[in-house]
Amino acid sequence: MAEKKSLRQELTKGFIIENPVLRLVLGTCPTLAVSTSVENALGMGIAATIVLICSNVAISALRKVIPSKVRIPCFVVVIAAFVSLVQMFVKAFAPALDESLGIFLPLIVVNCIILGRAEAFASKNSVIPSAIDGLGMGIGFTFALALMAAIREFFGAGALTIKVLGKGFSIDITEQLAAIGLEPILIFILAPGGFFVFGMLIALANKIAENNGKPKATLNGCEGCPMASACAVKISDEEASAQ
Amino acid sequence: MNSKKLTVSVSPHIRSLDTTSGIMLDVIIALIPALIASVYIFGIRALLVTIVAVTSCVLAESISRKVMKREDTISDLSAVVTGILLAYNLPSTIPLWMVIFGSVVAIVVVKQMFGGIGQNFVNPALAARIILMSSFPGAMSGSAFTNPVVKDITITSASPLAIIKNGEFDSLPTLKEMFFGLTSGCLGEVCAAALILGGVYLVIRKVISPVIPVVYISTVALLMLIAFKGDIHMVAYEILGGGLILGAIFMATDYTTTPITFKGKIVFAIGCGLITSVIRLFGSLPEGVSFSIILMNIFVPHIENLTTPKPFGAEKKPKNKEKEEVAKA
Repeated sequence: MAEKKSLRQELTKGFIIENPVLRLVLGTCPTLAVSTSVENALGMGIAATIVLICSNVAISALRKVIPSKVRIPCFVVVIAAFVSLVQMFVKAFAPALDESLGIFLPLIVVNCIILGRAEAFASKNSVIPSAIDGLGMGIGFTFALALMAAIREFFGAGALTIKVLGKGFSIDITEQLAAIGLEPILIFILAPGGFFVFGMLIALANKIAENNGKPKATLNGCEGCPMASACAVKISDEEASAQ
Repeated sequence: MNSKKLTVSVSPHIRSLDTTSGIMLDVIIALIPALIASVYIFGIRALLVTIVAVTSCVLAESISRKVMKREDTISDLSAVVTGILLAYNLPSTIPLWMVIFGSVVAIVVVKQMFGGIGQNFVNPALAARIILMSSFPGAMSGSAFTNPVVKDITITSASPLAIIKNGEFDSLPTLKEMFFGLTSGCLGEVCAAALILGGVYLVIRKVISPVIPVVYISTVALLMLIAFKGDIHMVAYEILGGGLILGAIFMATDYTTTPITFKGKIVFAIGCGLITSVIRLFGSLPEGVSFSIILMNIFVPHIENLTTPKPFGAEKKPKNKEKEEVAKA
C-alpha cells in the first residue's frame, strides 16, 4: 500500500469510496442477477461477507507460505473451502434462500470481489487489517446489492421485502397502486432495468467519491481506478486508449 | 483604394437553407394525415394520447437541458416529432401516465443522456416503445387494441398480425380495411394510406430518400412471399399490418440513427427487413419492426465504416495497409 491507513479507514473505505460493486465494478454478475429482491440481496451479501472475512484472514495468515507463482489456485482453494461451508449452512438453516439464490451461491467461489481482495489486500497485509478490510468490503457489497434490489423491487414489483432468514417485514403496495390506476414498471425487475439502476448508482457513487477528493473512475489508464494504489499492474493512458 | 467593403470569411460560402426546425416541421406536416386518420378511427382519445406525448416530450427536453446546464433546444421541434412518433406506437387505450413515462424515457434516457439531438444511438421513440412493451405488457398489447369507429361500439380485437400468428385466417379484416386502417393496432400504424401520403410528401420535399423505405418493405415482401409459398394475398397483409409502413417511412429514415451512405442505406434496410421477417415468422411476438430498427440502429457505425465511399482518384490499397498497421499496433 502506498499510504498507511488506520483500521477505521480500512473499514469505511469499502462502504462507498472503494465500494467493490459501485467503484471497483467487481462482482457485477451476481449483483445484476440477485438484486431483483431485497431478501435475496441481503442473503447473498451476508453469505459473501462471511466468505470474504474468512478467506481474507486465512490468506493473510498464509501469505508468507504461499509461493507467489501459484497464489491464485491457492486463493481459490481457500475460498472454495469457505464457500462450501457457507453453502452447507445455508442449505441447513435457510433452504428457501438456497433455492432462490441457486447457482449464485456456489459461484461465490469465483466472485471477483473475494479473489480481488485476496490478491490486492490480504496477500500483502497482516491478519487484523485483512479481516477489517473483508468486513468493510462485505458491508459495501451488501449495501450496494440491497440498495439496488430495493429500487428494482419497489419500482418493478411494487413491493419491498426486507427479511433476513425469514425474519423482517414486507410491504406490498400493488393493490393501492392499482386503485389509483398505476402498476409496477416491470422492466426494473428485468435485466435492462438492472443495468440502468446499476449505472445510475455508479454515477452517484462516483459523484460522492469526487466530492471527497477521490479521482473519478474513468476508463483511461490506472489513474482513474480507485484501486490504483494497491494494484501491481500499471497501464499508461496511451496503452489503455490503444486497447 | 476602393472604399467598398469586402467581407472575408471562412468557408462554407454557400449555405443550404435547410434548418433542423424546417426539416422537423416537414416531418410533422407529413405525420398529420395519420393523426387525422387515427382520430377518425380511434376517437378523441387518440388525439389526447398524442397531445400528452408531445407535451411531456417537450417539457422533458426543456427541463433536462436546464438541469444539464445546456442551451434549450425545444425550438428545433425534434422533441415534438419524437412525441408524435411515440404516440403513434401506442394503443389508444394506454393509461396517460404510461405515455408520460415513455416520453421521459425517450427524451431523457435515450436522447439527452447521450448528448441531445444528433447524438442518440437509437431512435428515442422506438426505444421508449420497447421499454413500455417490456414494462407494461398488458397495457401495450392484446386486448389494449380497440377499434371504436364501428357503429359506436367499442370492439376489442387482436391486431391483424396477431391473428396471422394464431393462424385464424378467417377473422382477418379485408385488404381494403387494412389499407384505410379500419383495424385494430397502434394509433399511427393502422392507416397505410395516410402514412404513404406523408411519405410521398417527405420524398418530394427531399427530406428523406426513398431508398430505405422501398428496400425495407421489398425485403419483407420478398421474404414473406417465400414464407407463404407465393401467396400474394398474405404478403399484402404482412406489409399493411403492424408498424412496417410507419417504421419504414418515419423511423428507419431518422438522420441520426441511420447510415448516410447510399450502400449503407441499402444494407441497413435489408437488415431491418430480415430481422422484421424473422421475428414475425419465428419469434414469440407478432410484430418485430421496432426491434429490427433498434437492432440495425446499433449496427449503423459499423455499416458506415464498411461503406465509406472512395474519394475520386484515391487508391484503395494503401488505405487498407494503413488500417492493418494501426490494428497491429
